[in-house]
Amino acid sequence: MMLMWDLCTNALDTAKLRGASYGDVRAMHLRQRDLTTKNGQVGTLAQSESVGIGIRVVAHGAWGFASTDRLTRDGVAACAAQAVSIAKASALANRSKVVLAPEKAYIDSWQSPFRKDPFEIPLGAQLALLLAADGEMRKVKGVTLTETSMQFRKVDSWFASSIGSRIHQRKVISGCGIGATSFQGQEIQKRSYPNSFGGQHALEGYELVESLELLKHAPVIAEEAAALHAAAQCPEKFGTLVLAGNQLGLQIHESIGHPIELDRVLGQEANFAGTSFLTLDQLNKLKYASSIVNVVADARLDHGPGLGTFAYDDEGVPAQCTDIIKDGKFRGYLSNRETAHLIGLARSSGTMRTESWNRLPIIRMTNVSLLPGTWDYDDLISDTADGILMDTNRSWSIDDRRYQFQFSTEIAWEIKGGKKVRMLKNPSYSGITTEFWNSCEAICKFDHWTLWGTPNCGKGQPMQTMGTGHGAAPARFRNVRIGTAFSKQ
Amino acid sequence: MTIAPSARRKISGKKHAELLPARELRGIIETVLRLAKSTVASETEVHIDEVAYSLTRFANNGIHQNVFEHCATVSVRTVTGGRTARATTNRLDEDSLRRAIEASLSLAHSEPRDPRLLPMPAKQRYRTVDRFVKATAALTPEERARAVRLACDWASKKGQVAAGIFSSGQSQTTVGNSRGLFATYCETHSQFSITMQEDPAASWAKADSADVREIHPQELAERAGKKARLAVKTSELAPGRYTVILEPAAVLDLVGFMFYDFAATAVEDKRSCLNNRIGKQLFGKNISISDDVFHPRQKGAPFDGEGMPRQKVLLVDRGVPKNLVYSRASAKIARKKPTGHGFALPNEYGEAPMNLVFSGGDSSVEKMVASTDRGLLVTRLWYIREVDPYEKVMTGMTRDGLFLVENGKLTGAVRNFRFNQSLLDMLNHVELMSPAVRATGEESFEMVVPAMKIGKFHFSEVTKF
Repeated sequence: MMLMWDLCTNALDTAKLRGASYGDVRAMHLRQRDLTTKNGQVGTLAQSESVGIGIRVVAHGAWGFASTDRLTRDGVAACAAQAVSIAKASALANRSKVVLAPEKAYIDSWQSPFRKDPFEIPLGAQLALLLAADGEMRKVKGVTLTETSMQFRKVDSWFASSIGSRIHQRKVISGCGIGATSFQGQEIQKRSYPNSFGGQHALEGYELVESLELLKHAPVIAEEAAALHAAAQCPEKFGTLVLAGNQLGLQIHESIGHPIELDRVLGQEANFAGTSFLTLDQLNKLKYASSIVNVVADARLDHGPGLGTFAYDDEGVPAQCTDIIKDGKFRGYLSNRETAHLIGLARSSGTMRTESWNRLPIIRMTNVSLLPGTWDYDDLISDTADGILMDTNRSWSIDDRRYQFQFSTEIAWEIKGGKKVRMLKNPSYSGITTEFWNSCEAICKFDHWTLWGTPNCGKGQPMQTMGTGHGAAPARFRNVRIGTAFSKQ
Repeated sequence: MTIAPSARRKISGKKHAELLPARELRGIIETVLRLAKSTVASETEVHIDEVAYSLTRFANNGIHQNVFEHCATVSVRTVTGGRTARATTNRLDEDSLRRAIEASLSLAHSEPRDPRLLPMPAKQRYRTVDRFVKATAALTPEERARAVRLACDWASKKGQVAAGIFSSGQSQTTVGNSRGLFATYCETHSQFSITMQEDPAASWAKADSADVREIHPQELAERAGKKARLAVKTSELAPGRYTVILEPAAVLDLVGFMFYDFAATAVEDKRSCLNNRIGKQLFGKNISISDDVFHPRQKGAPFDGEGMPRQKVLLVDRGVPKNLVYSRASAKIARKKPTGHGFALPNEYGEAPMNLVFSGGDSSVEKMVASTDRGLLVTRLWYIREVDPYEKVMTGMTRDGLFLVENGKLTGAVRNFRFNQSLLDMLNHVELMSPAVRATGEESFEMVVPAMKIGKFHFSEVTKF
């Protein structure tokens, strides 16, 4: 570890010597293990490590960033010099000088809590569990493809800045999921557990995998995948929609998490990820949602072991909880040290995150969560006279200002007279963000609340993938447009 | 003993980064193969991937991000007792390479024996392609900044706001194995992408080339700026089925979602839209598509993840899916020859075509507009996702310039639509095509595709802008 601090200090010293007025450095060591099975055979079996350093500087009032995996004094010094040189080039086309919100210096070390280090669990046991779950799904008639996966990451980062911070963080991240696909006639149907696109991911150890009881759920989703072919088509109508927590997590991500990113709002992502309908004049004025909706961006461990949980962001700002929607009103953005002052904040909200040592930190979601409501799940269903319950995302899309969205899910159930009466296939719903959230009329309580992990959020140029957390419990929405994706009109 | 080459890499003292020379790539591979000989590995494969990449990013008419990265990774796959696994590191010293071999073997030991595992391929012959342009590799941050400055100044002069990227770089990939196979390839990359905003509208243009001299930032800025001005005043149309003219980037981003279905493994897994459809008239007779890494407008290595030479494959012939692409494993199952499209092993996806070339036509966007009584000209599509995997229904939004065409002329801009459109249906309604060009978008990899005039394109909802 001393070596990493030496390299960080060397980088900052060189940057200062070359003319940087500010600098920060992230040395990172990332380890990852990927295991998959398909149809009873091992698919991917791979492990990787990546070590390097990224140096961000301000020189001549402009930003520069360079990264290298040549971790020698000379290599790092050359990289720091290059970062300064790039910053000076940026100044050739810079409209305003960089101004950073004040922040204290921190000397700290933090490790995310976990009970079982997934890298210490025998590989044979991990593969045996996946193959057993795969086998359970393959027993079901009509299932034509079975897939399982586990992914583990251990990330060490050493952050140092020219204001004197020295912060070491170690994060252990685990994830797993299973899926059964059925092809019959002219139709492919799929069910996944506990979520689609890789399952559930969290800042936890192997205990996450054990808690998910893959073997118990494998036959259930396999039966559902096969049964979907005979299910009725989800109708096209305006009606009452109940969303399972895993789908609601993604709804939050797309229609609240992204629009509140201040870099988008300020046009910095206009060429790729897009902008936002949440222009600065909307803050503290817009009625984003119904009055029962409360959303926070909370990176603190108190909120839970989410993919957006940390002690400090990648700009050296401590983890915080920010009100985003309070009693339905729009209250806050995700900001960094460069943008905080533009919305009248004295300090960054601590959301700068980087995928790896070779990427620039950018504003990212932390854990953007819908706080629990008051409903028991069974009561919510029995209180629904006529509705559709949708579970597990199948596709997702939203416009580049985050107004209009469309989601489809793997499965749905029709609710009549307070009871789930039949399975529906090919469900989808769509709407306008603020209209949708203002139609929220019931949210389940904490007993049904899960901090879902979205491990695949892409943003930035060059593209970075980031994990984000989204706490959600099942919730009910009125007068939602349902079934459009499969409309034959 | 091979000297750890990382100590010789240079990132300073020259205007641009230097990639590892060929002798050092060979040296790393020989080191890994030598170290692996003293283990229980019966076969060993080594991949080396190296990238030196710069990207200048601008928004609000100024540079706000400007980055450089240089990274080399060595990935080792070992085989022992009919089992195989992969370990990857970016530490190139001998101890780290030895640890990667050991990690690979440790992973492999944990799995059941794979009866389908094939011996590694022996030495192959490759057709050479040259896509390394010194001018691109040598491009400096100052040169990118000056080009960005010109584009931003033009935007300011027109009362517009520019955002975008100017990137350049070089990469190389090398594969070697213990049976004597060795393949290496390097190329350069450059892209310029620009969004011009004139409140409340925006438009976009982008170019991609191995040769930065083929990138013309000012022309792209002016093209996007003119379209943004045209889009300032929008009207709202009702959703429904429209004749559309998709510019090449819009075609690219949409059809790109279909080609993983041309993998033999996807068909074997019954997750492909081609299940039970190979050899049938699935698309219009004007649609022919090849995968051809050697096409002059294509890029990429002429070998696959196992080092097998890529072949040109005719995927669709006059609307009929004729051929799939095969890795060695899927070829053996299907009793076909490998086409050189396999991913690095081990993996569960098998293979995919990555160098798509559409046959195209002899029309042009201008002629398509002139031939249209009522329709929509689409600049770009956004956030495309699959709704129905078998009918290949995709959803997404139009973005950055959607224009109404009436009586052969552009008559105004309209609010963006959401579409829910089957690609199979769409490629049965292609009325006109331009010659295919190298196109670049944001949702699919670059391809050689035409602009297309398409009938009965399904827009399901409209958004607020």
